[in-house]
Amino acid sequence: MAADNIEDPEAFRQRARSWIRSNLELMDRSVLAAALGGGASEETELAGIRREREIQRMFFDAGFAGICMPREYGGQGLTPAHQRAFNEELAGYEFPHRLQAPNFSPCAAVILDFGTEEQKRRHIPAILKGEELWMQLLSEPGGGSDVAAAQTTAVRDGDEWVLNGSKIWTTGAWWSDWGLCLARTNWDVPKHRGLTVFIFPLHREGVDVHRIEMLNGSKEFCQEFLTDLRVPDTDRVGEVDEGWTVGVRWMFHERMLYNSPLVTLPPGARFTPGSGSPADVARDAGVLADSHVRDLIGEARVLDIAGRELQQRIAQGVRSGRISDQGAAIARLFGGVAGARTRTIEFEIAGAMGGAWTDDDGAAAGLGVDFLMRQAACIGGGTTEMARNVISERVLGMPRERSSDRDVPFREVPRGPSAGARSR
Amino acid sequence: MLLEPTSDQEFFRENTAKFLSDQVPPGEIRRLRDDPDGFDADYWRRGAELGWTSLLVDEAHGGGSLSGQGLIDLTLVAYEFGRHAAPGPLLSTNVVASALSRAGGEEHGTVLDAVLAGTSTASWCFQERLAGLTAGALEIRVEGDELVLSGEKRPVEHAAQAAHLLVTGRSGDGATQVLVPAGTPGLTIRPMHTVDLARRFSIVRLDAVRVPLDAVVGTPGQAAEQVEHQVQTALVILCAETVGTMQRAFDMTVEWAFDRYSFGRPLASYQELKHRFADMKSWLEAGHAVADAAALAVESRAPEANELVSVAKAFVGQYGGELIQDCVQIHGGIGVTFDHDLHLFLRRATLDRALMGTPAEHRQRIAADLAPQEDR
Repeated sequence: MAADNIEDPEAFRQRARSWIRSNLELMDRSVLAAALGGGASEETELAGIRREREIQRMFFDAGFAGICMPREYGGQGLTPAHQRAFNEELAGYEFPHRLQAPNFSPCAAVILDFGTEEQKRRHIPAILKGEELWMQLLSEPGGGSDVAAAQTTAVRDGDEWVLNGSKIWTTGAWWSDWGLCLARTNWDVPKHRGLTVFIFPLHREGVDVHRIEMLNGSKEFCQEFLTDLRVPDTDRVGEVDEGWTVGVRWMFHERMLYNSPLVTLPPGARFTPGSGSPADVARDAGVLADSHVRDLIGEARVLDIAGRELQQRIAQGVRSGRISDQGAAIARLFGGVAGARTRTIEFEIAGAMGGAWTDDDGAAAGLGVDFLMRQAACIGGGTTEMARNVISERVLGMPRERSSDRDVPFREVPRGPSAGARSR
Repeated sequence: MLLEPTSDQEFFRENTAKFLSDQVPPGEIRRLRDDPDGFDADYWRRGAELGWTSLLVDEAHGGGSLSGQGLIDLTLVAYEFGRHAAPGPLLSTNVVASALSRAGGEEHGTVLDAVLAGTSTASWCFQERLAGLTAGALEIRVEGDELVLSGEKRPVEHAAQAAHLLVTGRSGDGATQVLVPAGTPGLTIRPMHTVDLARRFSIVRLDAVRVPLDAVVGTPGQAAEQVEHQVQTALVILCAETVGTMQRAFDMTVEWAFDRYSFGRPLASYQELKHRFADMKSWLEAGHAVADAAALAVESRAPEANELVSVAKAFVGQYGGELIQDCVQIHGGIGVTFDHDLHLFLRRATLDRALMGTPAEHRQRIAADLAPQEDR
């Protein structure tokens, strides 16, 4: 033990290693790929979630849950170096990958930043034990990138709020427990000044969860319809009409996802599809000797490692204050563009198997579908276009884009015909 | 460049930056186009006093680092060389000094002393045509108490200005390195053209050049590991220098985007350009990150060092070039004039991209490590 009573990261690593080896199964990559790619049945998926909750509980009981979370809320109160050591030791083993985002970051991170003492004591330990799975209700059908233009409305009624509206692109809401929701509480002030954040259980009267089928067959994304949903004022996060303060931090945690010290993610594991590396694809497609293919294998590896090192640099810089919080957009942009390029590379290497394949084609099978979903890497978690705006305007200080919604009551902001119902 | 240097490292970097700004401003670099040597002997000696040549050399041999991680310290100098498109044989002297300190014998002590002091320079004869990053085809034979060297090396940095040449070649299946004094009979140095205004390159030809046996650095036929380390060191220096050129070109172009008005508003207000700046910023930061990671891996002898130097070289080679060319595009016509400073950095990045393996060659190396071709 060091002088400040923090376990030495190397000792922690040793302890983690022996615990992982004697308690966890090796990761079955095909199961992970099927889960991420949408190929699993509902029963398989729910069984997977149950197992992940179980592993999370094992983490908690063994002292490996919430490594960087404060001890008073059930965390370990350790450092990012400890989380990194744990991540590294976890490589190759099963881990609760669907419990990471948005459950730990941004949801738990936002509760930690802005929740009341009571909210933190009630929810953080439950999240760390795998008892509560959280989802973020942020985007709306009327607008993806323009998050602050939320139209889901909360109206005060005594000690309660009544919510109406719709949220979309919530991952796994159908098997989750709680939601973090950005809603409009004031239509008569400019858009950023009339928002408030609420939390509520997802499976209760007033919340209707619909699963959306993506073009690859995945039904992980959901849309929720909120109809006269009553939320007690004690489940409000942050001040009334100050929701954007929470929202800015919320989106920071979202962009930091891959490098958040709150997230458990073994190196090499991804939240994106693909059951093998480009080299595996080349081997199974029988084109490993092709010089052009080898160039592509090298390129994918370069992007992968450069992205990893960039994430670490930005995370380190943000922690020490050398890089502003907005710098997280740099890693988000790079990750999106590199991810899309890598999907293209894998598809290219697969050759004709990219268009038609059998289940015997190994890592080369199904890459055409991943290619169809390629742009998801540049859309989900905030588009790369938004990241480019943030980098140029907030990091480099270039002039802001013109907008018609600044200093105008939100009620008077023009909304196109596709934006759904206008204000009431 | 290091995100969080120590205060010693920061002071050291600033000293070099200030010296380069004073001594080799862009006008001076332009002037060097017509200077056959490309750098001034006194400039180099004063740079050596600032610590440019000693960082990879053991303290017992008169060297020493700031942080205990000499290669990391050296990346700070290389980065500033890039930011100033600075003259001088930074790569070759450091690689040779490091080799002499690690593998050289007693006989090489005086040469090392002079290189450390900056009173003379040494050059590394390594690359050949079509040899990749291997010891090449140059033959080094033992004949009695002499070594006989035959072959051709190109391009060799500042060979014509060097007092000594460290020649890498092969003896049978093994690699051998020999320190050859300039002027040794059989040695011919033919100048080459280059894109850089200040760096000089030559073809070094050795026709049965004879040197005494004690000119060998290390053991004949057993230099492979040392050569690999030199390759890694050279790649780290080139990557750090390239990141410096990227940073400078980027900073200049951001400033230009704020100052230049078209249609009544600054270039920086156009979303098309803002988004390109955002892309460039992501390449720049990734370049810093991957170059630093490579330096740390080589310095700490990490098993992934070989892969990381190739990843770094492939990345900064490709994206550095793209970034600076985009900076030229955003400058418009003035960006391709000799009077503007931008091309100084474009030149250095272009040179560094081509040396010690192009991005494509490094991608092949990475693939070879990731997926060996068993059946070929």
